[in-house]
Amino acid sequence: MTILDLRPLLDNRDITAREILDDIYRRIDAVEDRVKAFITITKDEAYQMAKEAQDAIISTRMSLLTGIPIAVKDNMCTKGILTTCASKILNNFVPPYESTVTGKLKNQQYCLVGKTNLDEFAMGSSTENSGFHTSRNPWDLFCVPGGSSGGSAAAVAAGECIAAIGSDTGGSIRQPASLCGVVGLKPTYGRVSRYGLVAFASSLDQIGPITKNVSDAAAMLTVIAGHDHLDSTSAPVATSDYAGALGKDIKSLRIGIPKEFFIEGIDKDVREAVNAAIRKIESLGATVIEVSLPHTAYAIATYYILATSEASSNLGRYDGVKYGYRESGKDLIEMYMNTRAKGFGSEVKRRIMLGTYALSSGYYDAYYKKAQQVRTLIRRDFDNAFKEVDVIVTPTSPTPAFKIGEKATDPLQMYLSDIFTISVNLAGAPGISIPCGFTRDNLPVGLQIIGKHFDEETVLKTAYAYEQSTEWHLRRPPL
Amino acid sequence: MKSGIDTSEMAKKYEAVIGLEVHAQLLTETKMFCRCSTKFGSEPNTQTCQVCIGMPGVLPVMNRKAIEYAIRTGLAMNCRIASYSRFARKNYFYPDLPKNYQISQYELPLCEGGFIEILVDNEVKRIGITRIHMEEDAGKNIHEGRGDYSFVDFNRTGVPLMEIVSEPDLRSPGEAAEYMKKLRAILRYLGVCDGNMEQGSLRCDANISIRPVGQKEFGTRTELKNINSFKFVEKALEYEIKRQISIVEEGGKIIQQTRLWDSAAGITQSMRSKEEAHDYRYFPDPDLPPVLVGQQWIGEIKSMLPELPDEKRNRFISQYNLPEYDAELITSEKAVADWFEKAIEAGGHSKTVSNWMMGELMRMLNEENKSIEEILIKPWQMAEMLRLIEDGTISGKIAKMVFDEMYRTGKNAAEIVSEKGLVQISDTGEIQKAVDEVLAKNPAEVERFKSGDEKLIGFFVGQVMKLTKGKANPKVLNDLLRQKLSK
Repeated sequence: MTILDLRPLLDNRDITAREILDDIYRRIDAVEDRVKAFITITKDEAYQMAKEAQDAIISTRMSLLTGIPIAVKDNMCTKGILTTCASKILNNFVPPYESTVTGKLKNQQYCLVGKTNLDEFAMGSSTENSGFHTSRNPWDLFCVPGGSSGGSAAAVAAGECIAAIGSDTGGSIRQPASLCGVVGLKPTYGRVSRYGLVAFASSLDQIGPITKNVSDAAAMLTVIAGHDHLDSTSAPVATSDYAGALGKDIKSLRIGIPKEFFIEGIDKDVREAVNAAIRKIESLGATVIEVSLPHTAYAIATYYILATSEASSNLGRYDGVKYGYRESGKDLIEMYMNTRAKGFGSEVKRRIMLGTYALSSGYYDAYYKKAQQVRTLIRRDFDNAFKEVDVIVTPTSPTPAFKIGEKATDPLQMYLSDIFTISVNLAGAPGISIPCGFTRDNLPVGLQIIGKHFDEETVLKTAYAYEQSTEWHLRRPPL
Repeated sequence: MKSGIDTSEMAKKYEAVIGLEVHAQLLTETKMFCRCSTKFGSEPNTQTCQVCIGMPGVLPVMNRKAIEYAIRTGLAMNCRIASYSRFARKNYFYPDLPKNYQISQYELPLCEGGFIEILVDNEVKRIGITRIHMEEDAGKNIHEGRGDYSFVDFNRTGVPLMEIVSEPDLRSPGEAAEYMKKLRAILRYLGVCDGNMEQGSLRCDANISIRPVGQKEFGTRTELKNINSFKFVEKALEYEIKRQISIVEEGGKIIQQTRLWDSAAGITQSMRSKEEAHDYRYFPDPDLPPVLVGQQWIGEIKSMLPELPDEKRNRFISQYNLPEYDAELITSEKAVADWFEKAIEAGGHSKTVSNWMMGELMRMLNEENKSIEEILIKPWQMAEMLRLIEDGTISGKIAKMVFDEMYRTGKNAAEIVSEKGLVQISDTGEIQKAVDEVLAKNPAEVERFKSGDEKLIGFFVGQVMKLTKGKANPKVLNDLLRQKLSK
């Protein structure tokens, strides 16, 4: 069931919010010990919220998400509810405030199913970097769900919630959506408020929905989008009814295929599925044009300098002084060092060190400043390409879900997992991943559709037109 | 200090090169990046929120008023206002800094390239302002009385600050003190900072080096921190100059380092050397967009600038014929200048008003450590009192008593004079009687005066004044005495 399936049932009182929650928690009871999508399950809060939702429905004050069970990635602050970022260093942190996005969901009386697992501080592509446990891919429990929003994607795919919220810094919504066979939308940087999203890399982080289909993604975006006076980087740009834009044909659309993206190293099945999807889109009447994004090769290096630099500063506040985990020491410095040595996992420490190095005096110009310049070039690549086309289509990830442990000891191999998504964050553009086929091993393949800044409408329209002409999104994992 | 070196003699061979970095807390009602109050002196941690204590996921939002105040300051100090400036992050770990980075401006400050003018030996000297940038204040660590623990008060965290950096144009501790006074006066005129060094709303770090007189190149500098009162600006610099001179004179080398002024001991002590200097890893804060300042906004702020201390001083010189010294002193505080002008409006003569203000009034204010806004006496009351002197109702001497009473009670001069019977005796007959009595009582002194000891006139005046309880008109008395004694 999707949001848009449930909406009329709830509004006509064919079903109650409580009954939907009962189903969801029955499903969680049945599969969660295998999927392990959640860090915290908020059953008590959810039933309380269901009650409020039902009251709203009875007094016909319902909104789009009233009574809908939604899971939230555990790096978004929820007032009074544990928010860990999958890190030991925040293992006891209960925020006294609500993030803007979950606040908007609350205003619509959603039901918070639970807080989902992620790579610690959203740093990773598999949830293997979680400080607590690794989530599993519902399509193959020996495989990762992708990351960092792996818990959210797995929960949606496994039917443990109707929809979920994730965050995407270098592909953390789209890549796990691709690996779990669901829809994941990263809006334009600035489209959705970051207030209350625990920062990893501030200039790249963006919150977005993970859903079972494109319509639900559009519905969720409609609710969470918009300027927020608490986030100076949120854009004062008009939003629209994104679900309303769906269903129109794409005959006049120009689809760009960046030649630099179809490189060696793409899994054969992934390549075939994506090529087939492009032909499908063409068959719907769109024009397919080859475009060039010449600086693509520098995206990963650029990303890992900028993201780690920002992270090294953003994560400075976890020092054991004010909140969170503290490990004592004989003096202040030793307390700092013990707390951070034991509180952070190895990938987080690796990135803090990389970023600290990149920002050091004497290296700043060669690394951080240079990376900013390359970022400008990458953004310009997209601007130029979008002079010729309306959307750009690529694979979301070069491979389907990989085995747990397969890349865990090789960070560089793991970083390549985001090769097609990272440049979109650097450009600040919107991108979606939608199911576009399966490998021979029955693992989902995702298609990425990238749009112009603040043109989520065209992205969603293209995605919807493709989705409606296929049935990939209707397949469910054999759990 | 090493003994055996005559530093005063040595001092003539060297000149000091001083630049000041002044931190001024802005008088905004709310903090720089959140809406917490900036009020001073509240219970610890009662003026905090998730933003200023750096909780996970929070974001800063700029305080427009703070930027306006900094622009106002930049304009008053003749700076260029940047149409595009940026906030950066200054990263370092300290418990009073909850995010472990301070939001500050680094590469692109809001104001650059200005100056202010000070008086040195009655000559105007221009001191360059390198830049004025904005930043957020840190909290306060409290170590006392808590056993093994230290505590942090975050009330001050995030309060907006301006850092005003001067060029190394100052050549002596005295000039540095003058510069600080002028800077404070301007900030207070602008209403952007209360200038209270003791409460820390105005703080000063100094960069200082010495060089032989005549040498062009700068010597190696040290940075002095923790100079927390006006008195200490001069003291700390004087100490440091002597310290540097004695090192150089003994053939040593100055080490570039940061030194802490210890006001109790009256010395500076090494805090950290250049090698130990922090690498702050500055980079543009990705949470904040660039600060864009349009010409129209600058124009609006400019049009609302008040008359500044220098303009006011010059106007007081030309409009009221005040000597430069008086004008400088009277205009150093806007409230004092306003008080002066009100007294003039009420009919006071400018130089007389200025004399009384700089003399009696300032003395009383200093004794009680009060500001002119707090006192009972009103400017028109002073003007009225001065009229009583002018028309001979009271003498200058009596007036001091009257003024003292006015200051304490806020009563009018005329009221005090009539209550206490202080009207001056100008009646020749009455004074004559007193003179006769004094001369009759002191024949020996009269003899000595007549034989040439003219200084004794003072003695006779004093005796008559004593007899008349100070009310005798001094001029009449003098004339009468001289008449009598010349016979």
